[in-house]
Amino acid sequence: MALSSNNEYGALTEGVYYILLSLLTPMHGYGIMQNVKLLSHQRVELGAGTLYGALSTLVERGWIELLAGGEDSRKKEYQITELGKSIVRSEMTRLDELLTNGRKLLGGEA
Amino acid sequence: MSQVVRKYFIDFEKEEAWLNEMSAKGLALVEYSWARYVFEESAKGEYIYRLELLEKDPKEESDYLQFMEETGAERVPAGAPAKAKRTLINQRWVIFRRKASEGPFQIYSDTDSKIKHYQRIHNVYLSLALLELIIGSFNIMLMMLNTSSNIYKINLIVGVPVIILGLFFVWLSLPVRRKIIRLKNEKLIRE
Repeated sequence: MALSSNNEYGALTEGVYYILLSLLTPMHGYGIMQNVKLLSHQRVELGAGTLYGALSTLVERGWIELLAGGEDSRKKEYQITELGKSIVRSEMTRLDELLTNGRKLLGGEA
Repeated sequence: MSQVVRKYFIDFEKEEAWLNEMSAKGLALVEYSWARYVFEESAKGEYIYRLELLEKDPKEESDYLQFMEETGAERVPAGAPAKAKRTLINQRWVIFRRKASEGPFQIYSDTDSKIKHYQRIHNVYLSLALLELIIGSFNIMLMMLNTSSNIYKINLIVGVPVIILGLFFVWLSLPVRRKIIRLKNEKLIRE
């Protein structure tokens, strides 16, 4: 999953947005998939290949981090970083602007 | 009772669709080799099948396969070694299946990762095409430089089929290229 090279203003994919939100609580891959499905009321089903790629990109970017698991724990657990949280916040501001303008111009409380 | 079907596919998505049709009829793929598929009877539509071209180093590959297992997907054949052979062209095609009762099964769920997957496939075809075309033209060149000697006729005999093979791979890459372009256009307007 490619992310925009512009960290500040680029839109996140909805997958990445929900992955970041999920990782406010430490989780492993399968847990993230389940949680994203739950959050989006079954609408967003992350493919395992897509999620795997997104997780490695997000770790590279420093938006999430790998938790040092126990020796015997085979499943990798991830958690959001402070940088990741600030990315989510600026995304929320961006989404807010989109919604506000939509409501203002098109009207209706969608 | 198992059932063997001999069939050959060029387009992996057609192959995938066929495996899912077979599964819908109650025949679940359990094993395969070159153009040979072994099915076992199962409940109708028990499994959803997906194909993927892996391009990862062995360490990452085993990481990834473990990740897939965690999400309820299994490799076909079960317990296959990390490098399952599937085609002569490359050895990294893998087939996954997951129980349909666990919900829809997709490996790639967004446009970007779908494009990347197609690009991997496209690159494999193009590298093979390039290789064959270079070897082929080299043979033809040798022949033309040595018209006096008969032994260089062998270069013609080798060169022409190799060039044809190269063109075949170019031809294979075209539909994949079209899919990439279509997805990129789609991405211009939505995620």
